[in-house]
Amino acid sequence: MSLKQKILDFFTRKSTASTGGGEKAIQKQAQMGKLTARQRLEVLLDRNSFHEYDLFVQHKCKDFNMDTKTLHADGVVTGTGMIEDHPVCVFAQDFTVAGGSLGLMHARKITKLMDHAIKMGMPLIGINDSGGARIQEGVNSLAGYGEIFYRNTLASGVIPQISIVLGPCAGGAVYSPALTDFVFVVDKISKMFITGPEVIKTVLGEDISMEDLGGAKVQNEVSGNAHFYARTEMECFDQVKRLFTFIPWSNRKKPDPFPPKSPKAKFNINNIIPAEANKPYDIRDIIKALVDDSDFLEIQESWAANIVIGFARINGDTVGIIGNQPMVLAGVLDVDSSDKAARFIRFCDAFNIPLLTLVDIPGYLPGVDQEHAGVIRHGAKVLYAYSEASVTKITLILRKAYGGGYIAMCSRHLGADFVFAWPTAEIAVMGPEGAANIIFKSEIAEAPDPDEMRKLKVQEYTEKFANPYVAASNGHIDAVIDTEETREAIIHSLKVAAQKREPRPFKKHGVPPN
Amino acid sequence: MNDRKKLNIDYTVYETFLTKKFVNRKMYAPADPKKITAFIPGSIREIYVRKGQKVKEGDPLFILEAMKMRNSVYSPLNGKIKEVHMVSEQKVAKNQLLIEFE
Repeated sequence: MSLKQKILDFFTRKSTASTGGGEKAIQKQAQMGKLTARQRLEVLLDRNSFHEYDLFVQHKCKDFNMDTKTLHADGVVTGTGMIEDHPVCVFAQDFTVAGGSLGLMHARKITKLMDHAIKMGMPLIGINDSGGARIQEGVNSLAGYGEIFYRNTLASGVIPQISIVLGPCAGGAVYSPALTDFVFVVDKISKMFITGPEVIKTVLGEDISMEDLGGAKVQNEVSGNAHFYARTEMECFDQVKRLFTFIPWSNRKKPDPFPPKSPKAKFNINNIIPAEANKPYDIRDIIKALVDDSDFLEIQESWAANIVIGFARINGDTVGIIGNQPMVLAGVLDVDSSDKAARFIRFCDAFNIPLLTLVDIPGYLPGVDQEHAGVIRHGAKVLYAYSEASVTKITLILRKAYGGGYIAMCSRHLGADFVFAWPTAEIAVMGPEGAANIIFKSEIAEAPDPDEMRKLKVQEYTEKFANPYVAASNGHIDAVIDTEETREAIIHSLKVAAQKREPRPFKKHGVPPN
Repeated sequence: MNDRKKLNIDYTVYETFLTKKFVNRKMYAPADPKKITAFIPGSIREIYVRKGQKVKEGDPLFILEAMKMRNSVYSPLNGKIKEVHMVSEQKVAKNQLLIEFE
């Protein structure tokens, strides 16, 4: 073969392998409203930045006539590329090739890339679109999954791992996204479940559609498995890119700083908080009043909405914000909101992102369902995550900080570095009504007019204890500050804590409640 | 979430929105020892008792097959069967009422 022929041969091989499952399968993919694996990478990555690995990898399966079948790239496109000029490792399962089914070589392509990402200290993005295990490959396919899970776990807390579920992701396969940091889903395209509708129907007689069982909406609103929900694939990729503006490339780095910007003027704190302490407001309006350009990237917006989590910047630097949401369930902690907050806190701690906690919490949600669902161990996760976190921890108490909720929301006692309270703060063992009923029980019962006496005692308790000054007099908070000076106080705290070091006792790892 | 509701947390009443999950939560009812329900969704394979029959604690009542396992369900008490709410080969949901004692 002449040199020219060799080069020609190479180009033929390359273009053949790049066709994936062929014209028909690609058309079918488009009919389902989905982009192909290669199109997805084009949209996600900076223009012409994708460098492919392992295009010519082939499966080794001989059973069931598989030795006569060529599966291009073994059903997954892997490589490196750039997002906003930063390198990332990325794989995209190709549904047009044998339904994106995962065989051993398919998995090995992914694990090679994962090893690379860990070594080089850069994020891993996986685009999942696969029918599941390649049954013909039997236990080798399971081996492949296991090798991916193992690396997901090793990489956890070392590099950010992002899963974009753009098709089915079922059975064992779906554990990989669950082990990663952020899961993105798209309406009508993403389907995630351990056991599918068919099995559920035959075995258990429950009839449910794929969409209702594990569609994007369900994962976003009901299960809490997904972190970001988009209506289209294009919107989803924009969300991924936006997330990357807030997070660092690995645990050895800090997020890139941005030019500082003031919050937008229309968010005026004093117009947001109602005068009555039991009236709701949207904590996100307070967040927007404090952060650069009022730009807040909320995570898990539609699940456990009684707590709000997300990223923003203050004076140009990323902070992770956790805020009780008085608008939903009065902002209580419960099973789901505890899980949501705890995992976010641990992500921020792992990746050097300071925590800003906004407290307005009446306590824990009462109820048999909560107790039986294990609110004790779920609630304990928040305590664990805050105590464990050694990044800068800034706490601002806006209104209520009662009882266990006060302790849990990054109090001084769990190692907060800076604790501020507004003059509207009420830091107490419980709300005035509850406290007065207990402390003055006999006085109220024995009074000629118990209701009048209760009112009196509630008022007495409110005046004495429903304020920030008892806590301030004990040094549990550092300063009572005016709403207007809050942003400046946070900026100053971040500067003070820029070189924070907080050594911890040696351990292999902790054993957090779950 | 629709209208603002009142929510009592530790004797303080808050105005707030409720979540679907909270609104649809199952109210607790203590277990009734005289009612046997399916502890797992599955299929009824054998029924050993009928209405009006007297059974002793530990007598087999029926077999509930689920996840390829045939689970024998035994009587938790001495008593008389008031009603049998299932037929052989029926698929049953979790917590579905199957047998009532008098």
